[in-house]
Amino acid sequence: MKFSVTVTLKKDVLDPQGKVVGQTLKSMGIKKLNQIRQGKFFEIDIDEKDSVKAEDQVKEMCKKLLVNQIIEDFEIKKAE
Amino acid sequence: MKSSVIVFPGSNCDRDVAVALEKLQFKNSMIWHKETELPKSDLIVVPGGFSYGDYLRSGAIAAKSNILSEIIDAGKKGALILGICNGFQILIECGLLQGALLRNSRLKFVSKDILVKVQSNKNKFFNKYKIDEVLKLNIAHNEGNYFTDKKHLEELENNDLIPLKYCDEKGNIDLKANPNGSINNIAAIFNKNKNILGMMPHPERMTDKALSGEDGLGLFLSLIN
Repeated sequence: MKFSVTVTLKKDVLDPQGKVVGQTLKSMGIKKLNQIRQGKFFEIDIDEKDSVKAEDQVKEMCKKLLVNQIIEDFEIKKAE
Repeated sequence: MKSSVIVFPGSNCDRDVAVALEKLQFKNSMIWHKETELPKSDLIVVPGGFSYGDYLRSGAIAAKSNILSEIIDAGKKGALILGICNGFQILIECGLLQGALLRNSRLKFVSKDILVKVQSNKNKFFNKYKIDEVLKLNIAHNEGNYFTDKKHLEELENNDLIPLKYCDEKGNIDLKANPNGSINNIAAIFNKNKNILGMMPHPERMTDKALSGEDGLGLFLSLIN
């Protein structure tokens, strides 16, 4: 079963990389850009047929290693 | 005193800190991260470097090494633990210290001598320094921008848990003297019991006059005091 996980910095955490990317895009002429936040993306393939169990395991991976919950949020999506 | 320096793939300040410790007659052992037992030590050092190439987040992979569960146990029982630079990042990732070390605010790797002001000396690590003493130490990091929530920041400030803050030559602690965007100019923090210290500056690089200075020597002298 395949999942995708998106990790982003929490809203109140400064994202200097996103800021610089945003400034660059604006200087390239994309005037309507409001904000960009940079994050990470994981593709996870897990050997588990039960979708609830599989998602629980992905959640555990996030909490134990992939995500630093002090500064980051994550979102799990089941991939088709 | 007995010390253990933990070595990960990618550590690069392990030998420097061992030289500093041995200079002060510590009986030091180098401990590979795959070991499952820690020799009896008065001091455990998690050194600087780039463990696992900073993959995922700095220190995140090293924080799951075999030896870390031993270090966490020892830390909870009151052992003295010193995390320098990447070592500080590892101690945060494994939960022994609170907060997070973000990317430097100016997005650049900063490698230079900086000044820090001693804010706390009633502890095992800084008792040889005077309060408000300004020290020249060296930093070399990409993720040293310390961040924590408001409640924990107040706890750190009110309980004497911030031993070092970045400052200028006159000792002013302000934004101009802040090399990485760290909240309140924090360069080092303690846990509640002050037996675990995490610091971004490298004291081991300032332990020999012939090389760069001796301002870091006091930390190692404090430990044997």
